[in-house]
Amino acid sequence: MTKQQTAGPPVTGPDLAEEFLDRQTPLSRIRNVLHRYPALSPAIVLLVAVVVFGLLNDRFLRFENLSLITQQVSVVGTLAIAQTLIILTAGIDLSVGAVMILSSMVVAQLAVNNGIPAPVALLGGLVVGLAAGAANGFLVTRFRLPPFIVTLGTLNIFIALTLLYSGGSTVRGSSMPGLLTWMGSTFPVGPVRISTGVVMMLLLYVAIAFILGKTAWGRRVYAVGDDKEAARLAGIPVNRVLMSVYLAAGAVLAVGAWIQIGRTNAASPNAGVDLNLDSITAVVIGGTSLFGGRGSVWGSLLGALIVGVFRNGLSLAGLDVLFQTLAVGVLIIIAVSIDQWIRKVKS
Amino acid sequence: MTSTELESGTTETRQPILKARNLVKTFGKVVGLDGVSLDLYPGEVLAIIGDNGAGKSTLIKCLTGAEVPDSGELHVSGKQVHFKRPQDARAHGIETVYQNLAVSPALDVASNLFLGREERLQGPLGKVFRVLDTKGMRRKAKEELTRLGISTLQDVTVPVENLSGGQRQAVAVARAAAFGSKVVVLDEPTAALGVRESNQVLQLVRDLRDRGLPVILISHNMPHVFDVADRIHIQRLGKCAATITPTSHSMTDAVAIMTGAATA
Repeated sequence: MTKQQTAGPPVTGPDLAEEFLDRQTPLSRIRNVLHRYPALSPAIVLLVAVVVFGLLNDRFLRFENLSLITQQVSVVGTLAIAQTLIILTAGIDLSVGAVMILSSMVVAQLAVNNGIPAPVALLGGLVVGLAAGAANGFLVTRFRLPPFIVTLGTLNIFIALTLLYSGGSTVRGSSMPGLLTWMGSTFPVGPVRISTGVVMMLLLYVAIAFILGKTAWGRRVYAVGDDKEAARLAGIPVNRVLMSVYLAAGAVLAVGAWIQIGRTNAASPNAGVDLNLDSITAVVIGGTSLFGGRGSVWGSLLGALIVGVFRNGLSLAGLDVLFQTLAVGVLIIIAVSIDQWIRKVKS
Repeated sequence: MTSTELESGTTETRQPILKARNLVKTFGKVVGLDGVSLDLYPGEVLAIIGDNGAGKSTLIKCLTGAEVPDSGELHVSGKQVHFKRPQDARAHGIETVYQNLAVSPALDVASNLFLGREERLQGPLGKVFRVLDTKGMRRKAKEELTRLGISTLQDVTVPVENLSGGQRQAVAVARAAAFGSKVVVLDEPTAALGVRESNQVLQLVRDLRDRGLPVILISHNMPHVFDVADRIHIQRLGKCAATITPTSHSMTDAVAIMTGAATA
């Protein structure tokens, strides 16, 4: 390697080996580790939060409370999967909650008002999710509009469609076939009661984490989010990847609709207004970068759990809802600051 | 047939790997390329130089499928080709390293080498679940880097963003040169690099040539061009002003031809 060096000025100081040995301080070593494992920092935060809230109030660590937290998290956690997929491509989806509610209304109305068999009604919900994803993806890839603008528009459109379609009325769970509310049913695992919805959410996490981590499609999602132009020049069909991401997100949202019906034991057109932002919060706290190409779906699960634990823990500690919201706000800003700091690795 | 074999030692009668004839490309009223011809022979470094707006980039884009010429012919290994997209050129073994490098910073070295042509596991895991053969790709990436003589990249699991500028360039060049490509096109490979890193990249170019892989090098840097090029194609006002060699002309001559102060 050094045979050409003779022509240049004599190399006195650091030689080539310096490029492999970093001059590390303990802090930069921590940063490198966090950089390599993006889900590590939210995991630490979650652990600390659980310990602290457990010390503050002995009711917090009771099994029924922990089980309640997982159920409270199941819907946002599912939406966060869809949101992670979009954010990994350097996009953002403001319409996830609206798509989920629209899908849940279609499922409920088809089954209850139109007398369609429950499995077919659920397929109808899936079609709605896919169609919504296709609409977002089409606008992002063909018209080259920023995802923020596209989904801000479709958010309003989907809300309006939901109200138009449902006439503003809620469908009660008691009038639905059992399959539709099945996600709300619980079963005991040792001392804990687990809901079917939580299991469904976890299955989705396993599936999407596998696909993102182990398949070429996953690798390409990261590449597109990392540097779109570089991905295009490497021969990756960028628009096709983006479109498939929005479709996959739509499918996940349809499953989210099913979980939502079970969790609330109803399909209401007015539910889930803050779910859009909550899903973004979970993803951001989970260490996925809003600039794309960096992060993991497991981080988003941790992020959703952190928000759930904070809300539950603070309310058990007797604090007003107001302070829960305040805490979540502070968490978001800290999470993004940490992300910025981690991104400065060795530059 | 026999006559070509006998004379194959001289550059003029060898069959060019890449041959362009009378390429014309206009952008509205602007003429980017005005009938440019070019030959690239096996085992040579052909530099393309020219002032800004002389048509260097347009020429390269036409050769690599990033632009479609209005008229003119392209031949690869004697067969006429029509490139509509960069992938078409890739399919014919023409690989390009773009000025902005086109590597994915957060992905590791091996993933970048295999970006866009990932390999899946054998058996049902790969076929049904489309699981990537991460270990296999890492092993092959190492082999390929060793074969290309790139020793600055020891660990293929390091994210590219943790590498120095020269190492990143090496990743990009390795990706272009690996996996049986026929021609490597380098667009300003030393533009953003320091002295030592530039020397590493120039050595890499020589190594590629010595392994028989022809290289097209676009550069503004005259010393670098005269250092590694076998022939130099000078673009001026959308045309090829001259094709010279570093022995037949000096750097001053080349600049004079480039600016129109002299003719070859």
